[in-house]
Amino acid sequence: MTAPASSTKVRGETILSVDNVVKHFPISQGVLFKKQVGAVKAVDGVSFELRRGETLGVVGESGCGKSTLARLLMRLETPTSGRATLEGRDLFKASGAELRRLRRNMQMVMQDPYTSLNPRMTVGDIIGEPFEIHPDAAPRGSRRKRVQELLDVVGLNPEHINRYPHQFSGGQRQRIGIARALALRPEIIVCDEPVSALDVSIQAQVINLLEQLQDEFGLSYIFIAHDLSVVRHISDRVAVMYLGKIVEIGTEDEIYERATHPYTQALLSAVPVPDPEVRHERNIIRLTGDVPSPADPPSGCRFRTRCWKAQEVCATEEPLTVARAADPHPSACHFAEVRPAAA
Amino acid sequence: MTNSTVQPTPASATPEGGHLLEVRDLYVEFRTSEGVAKVINGVSYHLDAGETLAVLGESGSGKSVTAQAIMGILDSPPAHVRSGQILYQGRDLLTQPEEQRRQVRGKEIAMIFQDALSALNPVFPVGWQISETLRTREGMSRADARRRAIELMDLVKIPAAERRIGDYPHQFSGGMRQRVMIAMALALNPKVLIADEPTTALDVTVQAQIMDLLADLRRDLGMAMILITHDLGVVAGVADRIAVMYAGRIVEHADVRSLYRAPAHPYTKGLLESIPRLDVRGQELATIRGLPPNLMRIPSGCPFHPRCPYVQQVCVDVVPHDLVLGDGRTSACHFAQEVRDDSAR
Repeated sequence: MTAPASSTKVRGETILSVDNVVKHFPISQGVLFKKQVGAVKAVDGVSFELRRGETLGVVGESGCGKSTLARLLMRLETPTSGRATLEGRDLFKASGAELRRLRRNMQMVMQDPYTSLNPRMTVGDIIGEPFEIHPDAAPRGSRRKRVQELLDVVGLNPEHINRYPHQFSGGQRQRIGIARALALRPEIIVCDEPVSALDVSIQAQVINLLEQLQDEFGLSYIFIAHDLSVVRHISDRVAVMYLGKIVEIGTEDEIYERATHPYTQALLSAVPVPDPEVRHERNIIRLTGDVPSPADPPSGCRFRTRCWKAQEVCATEEPLTVARAADPHPSACHFAEVRPAAA
Repeated sequence: MTNSTVQPTPASATPEGGHLLEVRDLYVEFRTSEGVAKVINGVSYHLDAGETLAVLGESGSGKSVTAQAIMGILDSPPAHVRSGQILYQGRDLLTQPEEQRRQVRGKEIAMIFQDALSALNPVFPVGWQISETLRTREGMSRADARRRAIELMDLVKIPAAERRIGDYPHQFSGGMRQRVMIAMALALNPKVLIADEPTTALDVTVQAQIMDLLADLRRDLGMAMILITHDLGVVAGVADRIAVMYAGRIVEHADVRSLYRAPAHPYTKGLLESIPRLDVRGQELATIRGLPPNLMRIPSGCPFHPRCPYVQQVCVDVVPHDLVLGDGRTSACHFAQEVRDDSAR
């Protein structure tokens, strides 16, 4: 497989910029006369930039809006407001041929390798389907060869092109999903929990494959996951989401070694470490309660209902995700500071 | 113990009067139209009062099926217990008539499941479900059972239990539902609690809460616990001993600290090296090559040999027996000593 044309482009320049994206799902009541009684604020003002060749990890608990964010970027949902600029064009305003062209540059790998592949299509048809939509990506005669190349790239046997998804294991199916995402030689791949359905021994294989493909093709990843250890391993920068907002964003080092937002600190401390010796030395922050409903988020700072630092100002004034004195990376906390034990 | 030469029971000595629960050389197979899947192939483990045993394995390793066999809730057909014993306080559960087994289930050994939403009945209030066993098994009056249900909900730290007793499962969050299920399991004061992936469906912050709760309950109520999980991180915090399963066998059995310090089976070693760690930077992820075996065609000799970096001809030919290592652990590997020395380095 040849490297995409993008390889000549500068690594590190901004490739996708997302500005204040909002997605509210309406809650309606009534059968005959439907009226909107509220909104689930799934994504509520998210901004970030993705640079060429980097992996941006997005972490957060269920319901924080990370998957909705992925679907918005893929234009599978229509945003309520906000902008996303890809190749200098507004992704959310594009339509028709322009949208098709932009979509070609951004592909997705889904979480569940069991439901995201059509059971009645052969692997060859699944991986080759993007060529039906974008016929100019590969001439008709060479498509089969191209699909076999793709199978080879993701470490599957090219001779298995006529098999069906049920003949493959979970890890192999995820490789098929990755091959499909690579078919159009995109520059960006959005991975939504790509390894969380896989067994531990298979997880490492898929992570290594993603890293190897990134090096080979200069891909940029948006890597969405709830597993903080996996995200640390693969990401260059990490965004932490809570109730539809990014509460902290920074380099892998800034987030994992010098986190200043209490939520990030609690999240990190709660991750079970597979080493009984280290465990007793760790200082675990126990959060009480559950994540509030995104239909009715708390006023001010959304984390204040579970935060041990909460003061009056947290209820009245919403903290912005800006660089704070504690450490020069953006954090949305009035009382941002590096946790002494972690430093 | 007279039969100690037959069944090496590692990592801890047998207490007076035998183990609380002991699985001996259990074989279970699933007979399907496509063939016979050998799901459990000679599993032995034991549990003593007040301790926590973690059973670790990936999907298809047989960890849940063993637990279902203990509970007597295997779906048969297709499941079929070919041989083996499950001794609870010295009596073999497998030979008991169903009527007697029912007395053990719930009252002596209780189980909680991974997915609380599908384990709870959506059309009954949670209080009703928690108190159901109390009414039918203990013959409690409705009022008494209700009072006890509130106590149980308090015990598992569901806030405002009295107010929430009439709520339905869908009105609870994932973590709270798991607490409801724990309350149900505790209703009859069991001596053994089997927790099958209790936190897998939960977020990390909630997972930590539930694991704490289980640890507290185990200590306060003096229960023994079997924790079934695939998560090496969860195990490290709560278990006393670990049994690692692969292809229906226990491949390594050890106390938690020595297992993490120096795994003595190539599979355990591979697992520990393949998980990204939060507290380690710039780590290279090792992988275990290949795939878990098809249980209808388990490889000859050691079932792990096609994936094993230590493989030799003997591994293809001979099924390895549990090798008892110096410090009372066992590993079903021909090269256990070597693997452990490598890991310790």
